Amino acid sequence: MKVSLFITCLCDTFTPDVGKDTVQLLERYGCDVDFPANQTCCGQPAFNSGYKQEAIKAMKQMIRAFEASQYVVGPSGSCVQMIKEYPHALKDEPEWRERAQAVAEKTYELTQFLVEVLHVEDVKSTFQGTATYHPSCHMTRLLGVKDAPRILLENVEGLHLIELPMKEDCCGFGGTFAVKNAAVSGQMVDEKAQHIDETGAEYLIGGDMGCLMNMGGCMSRNKQDVKVLHIAQVLNSQ
Amino acid sequence: MGIKIGDKPYAERIQAGIENSFMRQAVSSAQGRFRSGRLKAAEELGDWEDWRTLGEEIRHHTMENLDYYLHQLSEQVEKRGGTVFFAETAEEANAYVQEVAKKKQARKVVKSKSMVTEEIGLNEALEKSGCEVVESDLGEWILQLDEDPPSHIVTPALHKNKEQIRETFANKKGYTKTDQPEELAAFAREQLRKDFLEADLGVTGCNFAVAESGAVTLVTNEGNARMVTSLPDTHIAVMGMERVVPTWEELEVVVSLLTRAAVGQKLTSYITALTGTRLEDETDGPEDFHLVIVDNGRLKILGTEFQSALHCIRCAACINACPVYRHVGGHSYGSIYPGPIGAVLTPLLDGYEDHKDLPYASTLCAACTEACPVKIPLHEHLIRHREIIVEREQRGAKSEEWMMKGFAKWASTPAAYKMSTKMARTAMKPWTKDEQIEKGPGPLKGWTESRDFPAPAKKNFREWYKQREKRRGEA
Repeated sequence: MKVSLFITCLCDTFTPDVGKDTVQLLERYGCDVDFPANQTCCGQPAFNSGYKQEAIKAMKQMIRAFEASQYVVGPSGSCVQMIKEYPHALKDEPEWRERAQAVAEKTYELTQFLVEVLHVEDVKSTFQGTATYHPSCHMTRLLGVKDAPRILLENVEGLHLIELPMKEDCCGFGGTFAVKNAAVSGQMVDEKAQHIDETGAEYLIGGDMGCLMNMGGCMSRNKQDVKVLHIAQVLNSQ
Repeated sequence: MGIKIGDKPYAERIQAGIENSFMRQAVSSAQGRFRSGRLKAAEELGDWEDWRTLGEEIRHHTMENLDYYLHQLSEQVEKRGGTVFFAETAEEANAYVQEVAKKKQARKVVKSKSMVTEEIGLNEALEKSGCEVVESDLGEWILQLDEDPPSHIVTPALHKNKEQIRETFANKKGYTKTDQPEELAAFAREQLRKDFLEADLGVTGCNFAVAESGAVTLVTNEGNARMVTSLPDTHIAVMGMERVVPTWEELEVVVSLLTRAAVGQKLTSYITALTGTRLEDETDGPEDFHLVIVDNGRLKILGTEFQSALHCIRCAACINACPVYRHVGGHSYGSIYPGPIGAVLTPLLDGYEDHKDLPYASTLCAACTEACPVKIPLHEHLIRHREIIVEREQRGAKSEEWMMKGFAKWASTPAAYKMSTKMARTAMKPWTKDEQIEKGPGPLKGWTESRDFPAPAKKNFREWYKQREKRRGEA
């Protein structure tokens, strides 16, 4: 099975380890992973700020980059969901809409791909420690990926999961929201960090780098002793 | 009062909200109660998603045929002795009510809770023409005594605690007892009883009007709406033009959705349906009944991509689910319609000029869309508002516009993208300490005021991948 990695601009720039773990994880299950080098950013920062025309330029670049792929897999619910939005965003350009539809249909979030396409529920990984999982909003509410991360994490040997209080609540990231409404965003992430603290977990696990950077940045500022991990890092841990 | 509350700019309102720790505590605990109530009531019903779909279909069908149902409604109301007035604007609606009050030589008006009368500023209009207006919903009465606007569409005084309420009662009405809710409520009841008996005119809102019978329904918990509609000789109901259902059958569905989504109740204490004036052989009801159907900007939403915003049944489930609302409170929105639905509706009804910041007061987490009992895609409407603000209204900040133009260039030119991710670490070096940026430049300034930002990695993913491929090729 040929899989193209959609790295996301955040993982590419800030957490390349997440990309490495994603590649290794997929290869472990027999996927032939390639990395289309002309991929950039999904366009979400512009799209969610109302700059649709600017976002469309990014979308078209991404469509060109992934058109030839059999499957596209990315370690982010939010960025994958953005690709799912492409056909709708390009509805006024029939040719591009069709091309967008083809890419959207073969694009999956990592845990979704493992569970729904590869039918893997136990990745045979081992990770010692207590952790809490934050289900990010776009992954759960928009992309509809609710169970896959939980199923996979529950099967990780040695991992003790503690439920995060008010886990459905947004961490306050919201892309450009964290910049435009920084003060409100700061209050939201503070509350989230408090809930993480209440669990007593050593690790915070999530499936979206943006949210993790937000929560991690807050806990770093608060000198909270919680390590932040992307789910790919835990699933690829031996 | 009108839809807009206060003149403070958005940033100041938000800051004031954040600093009001008491209000935030009150909002947070109320949200918790409402949310768990809603989820429990939904679970109890069993097939909540089917109910939501049905609710959406009913509202959609009604909006698609609004002219038909409003016509039917007005015919039925008139057949049963009522008078119907279509008001295009807030001014027209107020002028009509003032005119009725004048004809009746009304001096005292009692009201039950109604958001649309807040929207059109009816109290001020009636006071201007010499009437004394008394709000009889407990929350609204407290706010009226305090001259404070509502901060929530279902529980308008959500931002106040019992101690503050006791103080208000003591200062404005000479209350001498404790801040026990029972004592406070008993005092309000005692005070309001006199007003009910003296009132010449009763004004209510309308949760839903039933087109097939001309009935106006009111959903309450305090029973005050029954006093307002049965004691004074004249009853005026004011409704937003979208608040109609075809028949009793649809009413059952939307009321079930409303009470469950709003407060987690199967039904509220009182659901009142009022059909026409008092007939000769009847003992109850007003001699004179008027239904004022208010457009005030709604008609122009019909037929647009925002039409589903008119589906709203004013349950506030989106407000109760919203994490932004929790931290800033209702007054921060600067509109009597706060929260996600307020951020969608307010610019539609009152324009972008005063409300262009509202669509950005959301992380687009979609908790609102998920909570909405009639499936309004609230977060999508917020994005669409942002597009209009930027593209049609040209109201985006210049600096942001340049940044986004730069973004488009960057994201559509792989060479530029590759170069920048490679250079990111070096570029951020002046601000980096121990792999964290504690005080960032430009757009990162706000972020780093309350949290750290990570330094870009030493080697980005694509470099690692390229080297791996190279090694593999050599092997």
